[in-house]
Amino acid sequence: MATAPKDLNKPAQEVLLRIEGLTKIYDGNVKAVDDVSLTVTKGEIFALLGGSGCGKSTLLRMLAGFEIPTKGKIFLAGDDITNLPPYQRPINMMFQSYALFPHLSVWENVAFGLKRDGMPTAELAERVEKMLNLVQLSKYAKRKPHQLSGGQQQRVALARSLAKRPKLLLLDEPLGALDKKLRETTQLELVNIIEEVGVTCVLVTHDQEEAMTMASRIAVMSEGSFMQVGEPDAVYEMPNSRHVADFIGNVNIFEGIVDIDEPDHVTIRSPECIHYVGHGISGHSGMAVGVALRPEKIMLSKDKPETEYNWCEGEVIEMVYFGAHTTYHLKLDSGMVIKAQELNNTRDLSCNLTWGDRAYAYWNDLAMAVLTN
Amino acid sequence: MAKKLSSFAGVKSNLLNGRSVVIGVPYLWFLLLAAIPLLIILKISLSEMESTTISNMIDWRDGWPKLTLNFVSYQFILTDSLYYKTYLSSIQYALITTVLCLVIGYPFAYFMARSPKHIQPTLLMLIMLPFWTSFLLRIYAWKTLLVSNGVINNTLMSLGLIDAPLPMMNNSFSLLVGMVYSYLPFMILPLYANLSKLDIRYLEAAADLGTSPFKAFWLITVPLSKAGIIAGSMLVFIPAIGEYVIPELLGGSSTLMIGRVLWDEFFNNNDWPMASAVAVIMILLILLPMALYNKSQADQLEAKA
Amino acid sequence: MNESMNKIFAKSWMLLVYIFLYMPIVTLVVFSFNDSKLVTVWSHASFRWYGALMEDSRIISAVGLSLKIAFLSALISVFFGTFTAFALNRYKRFKGRTFLSSMASMPLVMPDVIVGLSLLLMLISAQHLMGFPEKGLFTILLGHALLGTAYAAVVVTSRLREMDAKLDEAAMDLGCKPFQVFILVTLPLLLPSLLSAFLLTFTLSFDDVVLSSFLSGPGYTTMPMEIFSRARLGLNPTINAIATVTIVVVSAAVIASSFYSSHQERKRKREEAQAYSNN
Repeated sequence: MATAPKDLNKPAQEVLLRIEGLTKIYDGNVKAVDDVSLTVTKGEIFALLGGSGCGKSTLLRMLAGFEIPTKGKIFLAGDDITNLPPYQRPINMMFQSYALFPHLSVWENVAFGLKRDGMPTAELAERVEKMLNLVQLSKYAKRKPHQLSGGQQQRVALARSLAKRPKLLLLDEPLGALDKKLRETTQLELVNIIEEVGVTCVLVTHDQEEAMTMASRIAVMSEGSFMQVGEPDAVYEMPNSRHVADFIGNVNIFEGIVDIDEPDHVTIRSPECIHYVGHGISGHSGMAVGVALRPEKIMLSKDKPETEYNWCEGEVIEMVYFGAHTTYHLKLDSGMVIKAQELNNTRDLSCNLTWGDRAYAYWNDLAMAVLTN
Repeated sequence: MAKKLSSFAGVKSNLLNGRSVVIGVPYLWFLLLAAIPLLIILKISLSEMESTTISNMIDWRDGWPKLTLNFVSYQFILTDSLYYKTYLSSIQYALITTVLCLVIGYPFAYFMARSPKHIQPTLLMLIMLPFWTSFLLRIYAWKTLLVSNGVINNTLMSLGLIDAPLPMMNNSFSLLVGMVYSYLPFMILPLYANLSKLDIRYLEAAADLGTSPFKAFWLITVPLSKAGIIAGSMLVFIPAIGEYVIPELLGGSSTLMIGRVLWDEFFNNNDWPMASAVAVIMILLILLPMALYNKSQADQLEAKA
Repeated sequence: MNESMNKIFAKSWMLLVYIFLYMPIVTLVVFSFNDSKLVTVWSHASFRWYGALMEDSRIISAVGLSLKIAFLSALISVFFGTFTAFALNRYKRFKGRTFLSSMASMPLVMPDVIVGLSLLLMLISAQHLMGFPEKGLFTILLGHALLGTAYAAVVVTSRLREMDAKLDEAAMDLGCKPFQVFILVTLPLLLPSLLSAFLLTFTLSFDDVVLSSFLSGPGYTTMPMEIFSRARLGLNPTINAIATVTIVVVSAAVIASSFYSSHQERKRKREEAQAYSNN
């Protein structure tokens, strides 16, 4: 998370956005959004994360006012805005394609919304000035969109969407159009600007990295409903289902049966190994569960570990070199292939594992998440 | 990529008015000027000419137009072999024109699409320029060229290449020259639009897989330009069937064209029901090609979406 | 067949087609300066027929009428054509959509004689029913406007489809009511195509023979009608003269606008390239 730590001594934040049972059904009974409820507090950056067709864009459009929900309500600062047209909502959106008006200059694009409000000229000029400074585009005020680069166009789009000081800012795949390098710098800039302005944000993305780095809370969406909602580290480290575990990051999932079920620890037997989980789970002995283990939690060694639990043995069948780290694909005796990620913390790679080596994968007892669904 | 606009949901009641207006206005316009006239032409074709004027074209009885079906005109058309021959002849000429336009126009559009990018706008403009100058005048120009003492004959004779003037006027030759001349841009434009958007990478892929350029053309380029071929052909074939001006100025007594028949029935014979019947049958003949054209356009739209 | 032979073939083909297209036009112009009354037999060069043209009151009034009708019908065509384009492109589903779409494309492909006859019969019925309209300028205008609307709709449609649909949403998001969206965003971006549509429908109206013949009344003779009646009688050098005038004016306009638009295009490309270099 790129945000500074929240002040934990502040009283609970006020709720800005409340969604109740929002549903959108298209003709042919296509349920794009299925009974979604949510609250977003003031100042939060909330991400809707999911693949294409999961309903995140539809949900965003309902917030903006471009779609009318079939069922449910939307409340903004206590007001029911469910049926309000877009031009009456104190909400602004930054479009994925920026949607800058090609026939207007940068200045005029940013001033556009303010003019519709009938803001007096002097005040308007001051506000536009401020916005352009915020995104560092004051020098380009007179240019037209086609005279700007992609990154610059995005900043204009951002300035334009913040100009009216909306209560809620919607971002549609904000970093989608940028290349990787630009994405990293823009991510931070974007969050900094948003926090400087103090506006509440809902963003939509299919890129989990984007969601995790920018948002203070994430909702993983699939087929129109929320799979899991929580802070990025919670969703990442404690996924509540195989879907979520698999969607975010990489994961190895062992199938097993609960053996010993104690309040403070659990053992689970799977064909590959025996897992010792250092905390209790809500389940019982004999239950079939999945054990989710992320590659970065797995360590590799040529020597057999001494413990009884939490290790397995296999052959390195694949190595993928990423520069900063390497992912090893280990084929276990049971046939299952697991992925283990090791940092390349030395430049001498000769002591590393290579294809065909037999190796042991091991991990500690708090590295796993137990999935019951 | 769907460029579908949102349904502006929240403004339903407000926009229902805007929406009604935007749809209603053109709807009424075309209803009045395109749809109703077609119905009237049908009605007239089924009536009889009384003296030289039509007094009650639409009889109103009990608030509904009275429909007495009088097939006199149709009977005449269907029994008189001249009409049948004329329809056939019109279709034949239209068909030949279309084929000739395709044969001349396709290579042209192809070469134009393959020319260097910066020249293409100029080439396009040069094709369009004649289109913007009066069609009538250009047909008249062909008269001056093709007539016995016209420019071509005079030049050829003064060069000693021929002894007697070539009979190039008032026959099928002059008619077809005029037709192809007028309709060529209508064939070239849709073809060019289609071919210029054709991704050259298809051909590169084919070459990579071992296809000769000649084969690649027939197996890839032509099928992919199908939409353009259909559009161009329909834009030529359909109006060509009912063409009037070109046969009148460049054709002769031997070139039977149904457009002239319609005109003569109306202006010379003052027989409105007959003219209408001729028109109705013409419409029936072109319904199929028109449906084909509309479908092809709609398919193209869907393909883009 | 090797590469250069292909190129020669291509170039020759194109050249031949261009010659085919321009030969009549060139002939018209050249022989307009021919002093002889026999249009095609060259005697010597002169401006005789241009002089005759200026004295020809029938042609001059016909030209005047044609210009008036063309201008008005172009305005009407663009107006209704824009409505049609919006109706068919912004609303994906409404009752009678296929009907509107077929009716709107009908004038494009239907032979002129059918359009002319049907429209005339409709107008005469209307006249019997309501006592108006009289055959004359108004009726010709209606016919040209019908044809023009269909063409204008095509031109505007193609531009509408190209336009980014999100612009409308962005405008609404920023506080524009739908009508404002149209005025502030859609219309400015549509302007070039509205101009094209205007020029196209102007030309179509100015050029039309068949519709005008069916729909005009006594005392209303358009330029093409006048030329047509003379052309039917035979070759006439004043036609060459008026043809040349028309050709020169139109060519100048087409070439000028072509240069202008390619200049704009180049300027735009330059600006876009600059944007990326000095980021």
